Amino acid sequence: MMVLITYDVNTESEGGKKRLRRVAKQCMNYGQRVQNSVFECVMDSAKCREVKNKLEKIIDKERDSLRFYYLGNNYQNKVEHIGIKESFDVEGTLII
Amino acid sequence: MRKLLNTVYITSPDSYLSLDGENLVIQKGSTEAARLPLHNLESIIAFGYTGASPALMGACAKRNIALSFMSQSGKFLSRVVGEVRGNVTLRKAQYRLSDNMEESTKIARNFIFGKIYNGRWVIERATRDYSERLDAIKLKKVSEGLAKALNLVLNSRNLDELRGFEGESATQYFSVFDDLILQQKDKFFFHGRNKRPPLDNVNAMLSFVYTLLAHDTAAALETVGLDPYVGFMHRDRPGRISLALDLMEELRNVYADRFVISLINKRVVNFSGFMQKEDGAVIMDDDTRRTILQAWQNRKQEKITHPFLQEKLEWGLVPYAQAMLLARFIRGDLDEYPPFLWK
Repeated sequence: MMVLITYDVNTESEGGKKRLRRVAKQCMNYGQRVQNSVFECVMDSAKCREVKNKLEKIIDKERDSLRFYYLGNNYQNKVEHIGIKESFDVEGTLII
Repeated sequence: MRKLLNTVYITSPDSYLSLDGENLVIQKGSTEAARLPLHNLESIIAFGYTGASPALMGACAKRNIALSFMSQSGKFLSRVVGEVRGNVTLRKAQYRLSDNMEESTKIARNFIFGKIYNGRWVIERATRDYSERLDAIKLKKVSEGLAKALNLVLNSRNLDELRGFEGESATQYFSVFDDLILQQKDKFFFHGRNKRPPLDNVNAMLSFVYTLLAHDTAAALETVGLDPYVGFMHRDRPGRISLALDLMEELRNVYADRFVISLINKRVVNFSGFMQKEDGAVIMDDDTRRTILQAWQNRKQEKITHPFLQEKLEWGLVPYAQAMLLARFIRGDLDEYPPFLWK
């Protein structure tokens, strides 16, 4: 299934910048960065629990927020892209 | 059944593969061409002299992602294999069976039975589908010949006898292979199998697709804990993935050959993508190879019902399903190895 992960990390303090980097790095491990703080991850529910757990440990719940959008298995027709930075389909044919 | 994950094909020789966190990063020169999470991948196949970092090789080995390197023309060069681990009892049982000629013959018999059976149905189906365009009498004769060979195979007493029947039936099968090509006949013809190097367009495609299939079967065997190098019909030879070749026998005609024929008949490939060198060797250009890979990837996604497991799965998982059944047989959970019999 496709899970969309977005976040807002408060970077006013030094610790915030560190958290932001760590969150971004973890998200990168699981999915494709489609916009600055938006990641598309194609994964099963076990992987999803894993990433959720990791991210929850990193963020400061008083200051930051995380959002997960579950787009299910038939996500292809739910996503539309306009403009630059075209993403690629991890489940499609990958010839590079 | 397991989920079929994706395969990445890297066809540009100037790219470099590396690992960043949990991502495969493909660099072309100094720019990043792609970044893919490893958990979405089943295997990576690199064509041409593409480099890869040791860290990536390690990560792939650990996660059971098959990483293979091929030459530009699709000739197999090497596979990355991690440390030896997993089910040692299963592997030892496999070695014991492989050392025992009588047992080896029994298993090899099933592989070859599958091969001939599937070859026969490829012909039968073509006869049925294109009855007015094909020489039905000729095809029927070959089909009957193959049906007879099936009985001989079941009664073969040793590997040499079995190889004899296998060779005979392969000759029979390939004798009508040319008839199955219905389109572009002047440029795509088959007058017998040749390899190293392939001397015509059809053989060039067959060789290429067989390499892809061998990669898949070897990876499948590795996944279930078997040693792809220790075979039953193909005997040991250093560097040869004998068991993968054994397992491939029953899939060759039904999976690879039919695929090649449909590419020609549907005009997915055309003759301008093939070049003949001075020594007669036929090579494909990059675009044709890409087209074939694309079509191969689509074929892998097609769903079928597995004839033995009676379960819906993708074509791409068939090598895995067979490897799993083989492992079950070697472990003693099944009385006999059930070959993939496709009608």
